[in-house]
Amino acid sequence: MYVAVKGGEQAILSSYQLLDQQRRGDPSVPELSIAQIRQQMKLAVDRVMTEGSVYDPELAALAIKQACGDLVEAIFLLRAYRATLPRLGSTQPIDTGKMVLDRRISATFKDLPGGQVLGPTYDYTQRLLDFSLLATSDQAHTAATSDTTAAAQTARADRVDDHTSPRVIDLLNREGLIETHHVNPNDPAPFDLTRQPVRFPADRSTRLQNLARGDEGFLLAMAYSTQRGYANSHPFVGEIRLGSVEVELIPEELGFAISIGDIEITECQMINQFAGSKTEPPQFTRGYGLAFGHSERKAMAMSLVDRALRAAELGELVQSPAQMSEFVLSHSDSLEASGFVQHLKLPHYVDFQSELELVRKMRTAPPQGQALTDNSEDEHA
Amino acid sequence: MLKINHPSETSTETLTSHENQAVDQHFNFAYLDERTKRMIRRAILKAVAIPGYQVPFGSREMPLPYGWGTGGIQVTASVIGPHDVLKVIDQGSDDTVNAVNIRRFFQRTTNVAITTQTKAATLIQTRHRIPEMALTEDQIIIYQVPVPEPMQRLEPRERETRSLHGLSEYGLMHVKLYEDIARYGHIATTYDYPVLVNNRYVMAPSPIPKFDNPKMHMNPALQLFGAGREKRIYAVPPYTSVESLGFDDYPFEIQRWDAPCEICGSRDSFLDEVVTDDQGGRIFVCSDSDYCETEQSKLEASAVSTAQLVSKDD
Amino acid sequence: MPVDTQSPILRVTGLNKSYGERAALIDASFELWPGEVLAIVGESGSGKTTLLNALAARDKPDSGSVEFHIKDSGLTDIFKMTEAQRRLLARTDWGFVHQNSADGLRMEVSAGANVGERLMALGQRHYGKIRATACDWLARVEIDPARIDDLPRHFSGGMRQRLQIARNLVTQPRLVFMDEPTSGLDVSVQAKLLDLLRQLTQHLGLASIIVTHDLAVARLLAHRMIVMRRGCIVETGLTDQLLDDPQHPYTQLLVSSVLQP
Repeated sequence: MYVAVKGGEQAILSSYQLLDQQRRGDPSVPELSIAQIRQQMKLAVDRVMTEGSVYDPELAALAIKQACGDLVEAIFLLRAYRATLPRLGSTQPIDTGKMVLDRRISATFKDLPGGQVLGPTYDYTQRLLDFSLLATSDQAHTAATSDTTAAAQTARADRVDDHTSPRVIDLLNREGLIETHHVNPNDPAPFDLTRQPVRFPADRSTRLQNLARGDEGFLLAMAYSTQRGYANSHPFVGEIRLGSVEVELIPEELGFAISIGDIEITECQMINQFAGSKTEPPQFTRGYGLAFGHSERKAMAMSLVDRALRAAELGELVQSPAQMSEFVLSHSDSLEASGFVQHLKLPHYVDFQSELELVRKMRTAPPQGQALTDNSEDEHA
Repeated sequence: MLKINHPSETSTETLTSHENQAVDQHFNFAYLDERTKRMIRRAILKAVAIPGYQVPFGSREMPLPYGWGTGGIQVTASVIGPHDVLKVIDQGSDDTVNAVNIRRFFQRTTNVAITTQTKAATLIQTRHRIPEMALTEDQIIIYQVPVPEPMQRLEPRERETRSLHGLSEYGLMHVKLYEDIARYGHIATTYDYPVLVNNRYVMAPSPIPKFDNPKMHMNPALQLFGAGREKRIYAVPPYTSVESLGFDDYPFEIQRWDAPCEICGSRDSFLDEVVTDDQGGRIFVCSDSDYCETEQSKLEASAVSTAQLVSKDD
Repeated sequence: MPVDTQSPILRVTGLNKSYGERAALIDASFELWPGEVLAIVGESGSGKTTLLNALAARDKPDSGSVEFHIKDSGLTDIFKMTEAQRRLLARTDWGFVHQNSADGLRMEVSAGANVGERLMALGQRHYGKIRATACDWLARVEIDPARIDDLPRHFSGGMRQRLQIARNLVTQPRLVFMDEPTSGLDVSVQAKLLDLLRQLTQHLGLASIIVTHDLAVARLLAHRMIVMRRGCIVETGLTDQLLDDPQHPYTQLLVSSVLQP
């Protein structure tokens, strides 16, 4: 006598226990602390903050710990938490021109006011596994680190003061070489896509919000495609800046701006081929990328995709996926993508039952209508 | 007008319980903040006013992933009150893992009474099935929807489908049905079968088997549909016409089985196929677990009374 | 088919359209009568496609009006209608045959579905009847009805164009727009297609506007002709008269440069 399957609840509770064990790993190994993740996995924390849309390194580190290092899962945790937070107000736009710079480079000029500051970057390392990192205790490092510590101190002392590093965009602007965007005097508040659903066509500020939160891998692939002929832009890195900016808020009661803290951000200004029209002389056009923490790959990819999505606005032919706003913006969110792809694991046996029955039926009865033929020979007209 | 329902006199068989789980104090009742619930309820009201029309709403990130029922959960969270009695099913059963997970979420955030009995519930959240037992005016059924746009496979651009709905241009849907008949001799859609609601909007009923489509027509209960990832809510108010698309000479038909349910003997319900051995042995059992148990108890009750009748004659 | 001689079916007045500083269409005006075939002839860049797109409501002109004669309402400005009304018109009373058949067909559905779509869009719900109508139309455009379930992908260029025509004519429109319907086809295929078009327009009493750079197409199909150059209409008149005795120097140039067959 067949008895219906039961025990779903028990199965779930057992799975929680197994998950806990998986997360902890071998109990004889010291447990990871949030501080360790924050300090020593900074770039993971930065990515989780960026795509999680919350600037809080401690929470991001917690999410990473809870998610066993799965960053997409950690981003989900942070976003879900964010959705419960009350809104206290909006800050003033951050002024990246006043950034305290840790790193600042430009590919468009050999040298420029403020200089090229390499800062902390993997760019000019050789990607050789450093087996000295296998050593777990600090003592093993003491001899080696004294040099690097001294160098780091010098590097910090060389950190550039904002007054001597004007934005490359501003330099080009003085000659009128780069497109400018005039801000309306009644500049309306930007659309908040975390509160309302995006409708197409979406304006640029909405698109940028979407891209800022978008999955880095997806944006990287889309950006890459624009460089391989699937769009028509010839990009140059005008400037990449990494450093900290002040965040200011104007509380109603005070009526003037107060600083509520600093955040570290990465900004990328991408400069693209010049377009001209009958009313405008040829100029360079822009793509913009912005991310929390040190996230260059993300900021650069974002700037390339931003530019590609401006194709229609700039009178360019829309031909490739990276230029199709509905396509890019509908598929950039890792929560939506991961959720829907993985939902296939859920039981679908009722629908499958229907399909099974249909396929069986089709295999027994001959089709009444003519099956679609595959006449590939050329027909005479 | 949406009303929060109170469980009226329930029969002695009512199975409601409050598990020994304290409500999680870190969150608002039903998790969502009140402002969000108001936003969702406004969307629901618009949806009820325009049966079958997909109302965009500001779907929030929920503790379950997009694609796993967040739309249904947000709708339920916006209409649920402390006196509601909640039933959650997936594939017709209360015990599938996702239904359990969602039910636990609501227990944790609301502590409302829960039930597995369709007739005891005031709110039913469901994935992919409509309960076999008829619903009443005092009930709300909430469907989890993966793809709210019935024409998405034919036309992925939302900008375009929005116009088609607005202008009532549904030729494309019938083209698809025509092609099926030309190719297979019959319509090849077996679930998420498109319907015309209130003679105006073509709607995706969610991946319920077409067997369930007739239940939507003139249903006394309020039917709400939530798509979290795609950010749409739609509704079929009570006693609304819901017709499955078809042709006059190839009308809509529901599925039938040759065998009855192995457990309760029903010939009227949707049956799941269960493989019993590796020689191709298979049996069929009701998908709706509550219905099956109820039928089974009826069988047992009548077996008992037959036995009593027989013994009396001795 | 009786021709209503009381009102033009289309009246175009003072159409202008510019793209930036380039004036693509300048002050175009003419009338079209029921059952009349009009050819719009010119070289590329003459503005003929811009004009066609304005007439078919695919592109809004900067100024001027296009009025279509609606039964019971008379001449109505198409740009003052709602989007819904225009789209309904495009599905019933109008046809549009594209230069590239892939633009005017659903390449992924069968020939039968392509022809039947308008009927289904208008609410026809009997599969058998829709199919029969589709078969009928396939025969009328000289496509073997046995190919009703085949995909247009597997048809030749000429067949696809004929399918496009069938798809448009199934609702018996009163006005059909055609954009270079024969370009890209072999000469013999073109000839067959033109012959078909001639027969159909005559038989059904269709009014038609055909954009073409090929004077032979105009000669064969059109009652009247408009010659365009740099956005302006330079000459109009009966086709035979224009081709045999062109008045405007540009028309003379066009006519004289055509190779005689």
